[in-house]
Amino acid sequence: MYSFDFARPTSVADAVAALGQEDAQALSGGQTLIPTLKQRLASPSVLVSLSAIADLKGVSAEGGTLSIGAGTTHATVAAEAGAYPALAELAGQIGDPAVRNRGTIGGSIANNDPSACYPAAALGSGATIVTNSREIAADDYFQGMFTTALEEGEIITAVRFPIPEKAAYIKFQQPASRFALVGVYVSKGAGGVRVAVTGASNDGVFRWSEAEAALAGDFSAGAVEGLAAPSGADMISDLHGSGDYRAHLVKVLTKRAVAKANG
Amino acid sequence: MPKDHGIGASQKRREDVRFLTGAGNYTDDINVYNQAYVYFLRSDVAHAKIKAVDTQAAAAMPGVVRIFTGKDFEGIGGLPCGWQVTDKNGEVMKEPPHPVLAQGKVRHVGDPIAAVVADSLEEARNAAEAIELDLEELPPVVDMKAALQPGATKVHDDIADNLCYDWQFGSETGDVDAAFAGAAHVTTLELVNNRLVANPMEPRVAVGEYSRADDMSTLYTTSQNPHVIRLLMGAFVLGIPEHKLRVVAPDVGGGFGTKIFHYAEEAFCTFAARQLNRPVKWTSSRTEAFMSDAHGRDHVTKIELALDADNNFVGLRTDTYANMGAYLSTFASSVPTWLHGTLMAGNYRTPAVQVNVKAVFTNTVPVDAYRGAGRPEATYQLERIIDKAARELNVDPIKLRRQNFITSFPYATPVAVEYDTGDYVATMDKMEELMDIPGFAARRAESEAKGKLRGLGVNCFIEACGIAPSNLVGQLGARAGLYDAATVRVNATGSISVLVGAHSHGQGHETVFPQVVAEMLGIDESMIDIVHGDTSKIPFGMGTYGSRSLAVCGSAMVRATEKIINKAKKIAAHLLEASEADIELKDGQFSVAGTDKSVAWGDVTLAAYVPHNYPLEDIEPGLEETAFYDPANFTYPAGAYACEVEVDPETGAVTIEKFVSADDFGNVINPMIVEGQVHGGIAQGIGQALLENCAYDENGQLLSASYMDYAMPRADNLPHLANYIVDHSCQTPCTHNPLGVKGCGEAGAIGSPPTVVNAVIDALRSGGHNVEHIDMPVSPSRVWAAMQS
Ligand SMILES: Cc1cc2nc3c(=O)[nH]c(=O)nc-3n(C[C@H](O)[C@H](O)[C@H](O)COP(=O)(O)OP(=O)(O)OC[C@H]3O[C@@H](n4cnc5c(N)ncnc54)[C@H](O)[C@@H]3O)c2cc1C
Repeated sequence: MYSFDFARPTSVADAVAALGQEDAQALSGGQTLIPTLKQRLASPSVLVSLSAIADLKGVSAEGGTLSIGAGTTHATVAAEAGAYPALAELAGQIGDPAVRNRGTIGGSIANNDPSACYPAAALGSGATIVTNSREIAADDYFQGMFTTALEEGEIITAVRFPIPEKAAYIKFQQPASRFALVGVYVSKGAGGVRVAVTGASNDGVFRWSEAEAALAGDFSAGAVEGLAAPSGADMISDLHGSGDYRAHLVKVLTKRAVAKANG
Repeated sequence: MPKDHGIGASQKRREDVRFLTGAGNYTDDINVYNQAYVYFLRSDVAHAKIKAVDTQAAAAMPGVVRIFTGKDFEGIGGLPCGWQVTDKNGEVMKEPPHPVLAQGKVRHVGDPIAAVVADSLEEARNAAEAIELDLEELPPVVDMKAALQPGATKVHDDIADNLCYDWQFGSETGDVDAAFAGAAHVTTLELVNNRLVANPMEPRVAVGEYSRADDMSTLYTTSQNPHVIRLLMGAFVLGIPEHKLRVVAPDVGGGFGTKIFHYAEEAFCTFAARQLNRPVKWTSSRTEAFMSDAHGRDHVTKIELALDADNNFVGLRTDTYANMGAYLSTFASSVPTWLHGTLMAGNYRTPAVQVNVKAVFTNTVPVDAYRGAGRPEATYQLERIIDKAARELNVDPIKLRRQNFITSFPYATPVAVEYDTGDYVATMDKMEELMDIPGFAARRAESEAKGKLRGLGVNCFIEACGIAPSNLVGQLGARAGLYDAATVRVNATGSISVLVGAHSHGQGHETVFPQVVAEMLGIDESMIDIVHGDTSKIPFGMGTYGSRSLAVCGSAMVRATEKIINKAKKIAAHLLEASEADIELKDGQFSVAGTDKSVAWGDVTLAAYVPHNYPLEDIEPGLEETAFYDPANFTYPAGAYACEVEVDPETGAVTIEKFVSADDFGNVINPMIVEGQVHGGIAQGIGQALLENCAYDENGQLLSASYMDYAMPRADNLPHLANYIVDHSCQTPCTHNPLGVKGCGEAGAIGSPPTVVNAVIDALRSGGHNVEHIDMPVSPSRVWAAMQS
């Protein structure tokens, strides 16, 4: 780790101010950032910890919307997001207890790892990413692997999920990291059917529109059965599976997620 | 009632109290006054000429003590190989130099180029980043068969064909050819035994220290065998005589083979401490471990089995390419030869067996022994091809094995070893009973009802353990003897320190060894402690590997304890004014046979140290005895394993539903520890079969260089304990060591990989998939791909 200064503001405004310094970086649960620093792959001048900002923490459900403060840990979401069971279950399957007790939804959404789970939930629910300065629809927010709509110094403050009528997430673990080799999040609600896929694509989390169209009329596993799997050509191909394998899993997991959402 | 002490008691592991309460003293816990830290600048390319290493700017950075490069090691010995293999033409193997820091060339990702010693690790790392390297990249050789092609890049300039040796062993070619020519059926299989990284929980650490006052060097290191390190490093690398070199291996957090070997970092820290007159410490990061710990396995094999019309095995022939990596690690050359070829007969009566091995240099991390070392590779090929043969011949795989079992002992195989004892029928019977083979059809139907394919895999294994008779291994090229030593030091009040050459790094010696001495003397285990891991404390020892600790070092301990008993009886006879021949030792009391006269253990030990009333004219005071023990033969643990898997035909995911091992370890001292060893070994075997994959790309970059990509087995990859049954009730005691023990440390890792793969193939075939073989790790993506073709 290179040396850095450390700030621990207690308000979003102070955090934004602190992040205005050159090469400043936000630190939330540190589950991604600290290993990066230890490997000397990042060298921020100031680390601005968000962990002392009370406003960034907590889960609340109101009028069909579940709001989660960006600094809320995966463990808290797993325990307290009962109003949206599919989301609580997803949070409970991230990493291991240590990761869940430190890692946060804001950090995960900001990082937008192509194999992470929360991006699938946000895109698959049609969530809104709330920052210190604006609200961004999930459809506009995720812009490819590790790339988002966030501006320099912009802080995610909360993620708002419309609670769908039905939803489920199926994660097929990469055997080593246990991130998603492929993960599929499906939901059916006021905004229609959404199928969001993580882990598979070189472009990061994406919506499988053919499946959404098929499911809009018939929200059943059978409706997916008739579809061709998406093309493997754009899929990640690595030690753990070819693009074709991932494409195949997208279809299998979508079917299973729909079946699970239907109970 | 099960025994609660002595031999046969499942005593809880006493060492766990300190491990589990944070009181362990691991090498990284050792900090020496004024120590400096070393950071190794390692090659990030697989193969390059070193044109220049400019350390000038780096040396001026804050905290830097000194920067060492390959130049500082010119004229100093390289890391030696402990086993010289002679090839099929009678030529000795190629043995390229293995410098402590790279000289002229780097040959694998992770090869150390420079070592920065600084006041802190961060300062050392900062300075390492300021070193200017001028490397001229060369094309790497990664694939073994490509490395042997004419014109391939040379890993070592003077080894034209990258071939370390071309070894042939076993039956004469004519005999094997005749067996195949006359065979009714020949089965052929090509397979890969995947490269693994041992990944002990504790990474390697070395602390070098030098005392100018007495010219004494001390190395604290994560080693399975401190005396071996003292010998190799002192004699071959640094030229320090044994009496000026102390090697300490304190608590060590797992070894699995990879901590047997002498590593560059150990030699460096010892060397630098002398040069700088200041202690130097190195702690491996996990990333460094992936690219500097010796890897395991990595064989590519073609195996052929010939059977007669009655399905008797008549001939077996193998052709293996064994990856040595870029340099020869300490025992690398012995693994694919003497630890692999000698086991190729397995549990079967095949009259003609020939093993061919080409050992190849590549631009990869050196490969050496990993739990099982050679024997898993042998077992895997043999038990996979028997399964394939059974399928081709449409016979039951259990029946085919039974039909070909060796049933009378001793049995001399065509591959040099003589099995002293065993009962393969008994372990097979036991396995069948515990697995409930007749119930399999119903369980398969249940799985199918859930949309899953269920498969049953069975196999046998045999291993040669208790390594090893020195005269024999000497003839085979070993450059060391493989005996062991123990000193039993009885103190005045009767408590005992047993100084043993075997090193305990998870095996539980500190619990088991006292059980043996306690049984022999009839005293309580709490009076006995084991001392190990320090060359200045223990007499000598060749260390812990090859399931040898109890069979070899334990035998030395028994011999030393027998000497203690003999002497103590003399003292007791004197105290009791009786004849020595009439003295009996029972429950810690020496008594005169047929009388009620007795003295206690403590009275005798006190007399030995306070010899007021003592036969000084006949025997010396004190009560301490040492024994060295050289085994007469290997030991041959064997067993039958079975497993049931479920395959998800849509995703290719494999889950292990049940695993049964029926092992014959001879006599068992502590059943609980034996079961733990087997559970752990099978977990590693399942890891190899389903998960672990040390993969290089064509540029020699390690693709699985962290836990993000290298999959270790975790608890949920294993069946629940109720379906994870390890049995050792079949016991044919070893005939040539005093305890009748055979060793249990490696069995699980040796026996289990083919069990899993056999089961997966069986499952897939039951689903109508015409799959003959899938290379390990049998990952979901590989299973799926196999189902597509
Ligand atoms: C062993 C392990 C297993 C894991 N398994 C999974 C898994 O199965 N599935 C999964 O989805 N994830 C997994 N993760 C990742 C984990 O969920 C991380 O916690 C998460 O990706 C990052 O969250 P964090 O709070 O730790 O963020 P940090 O590491 O603190 O920050 C990550 C990045 O986000 C930025 N950032 C943080 N908070 C904000 C904010 N509020 N606004 C703007 N930028 C911000 C930081 O500057 C940094 O660039 C795993 C991690 C580990 C170590």
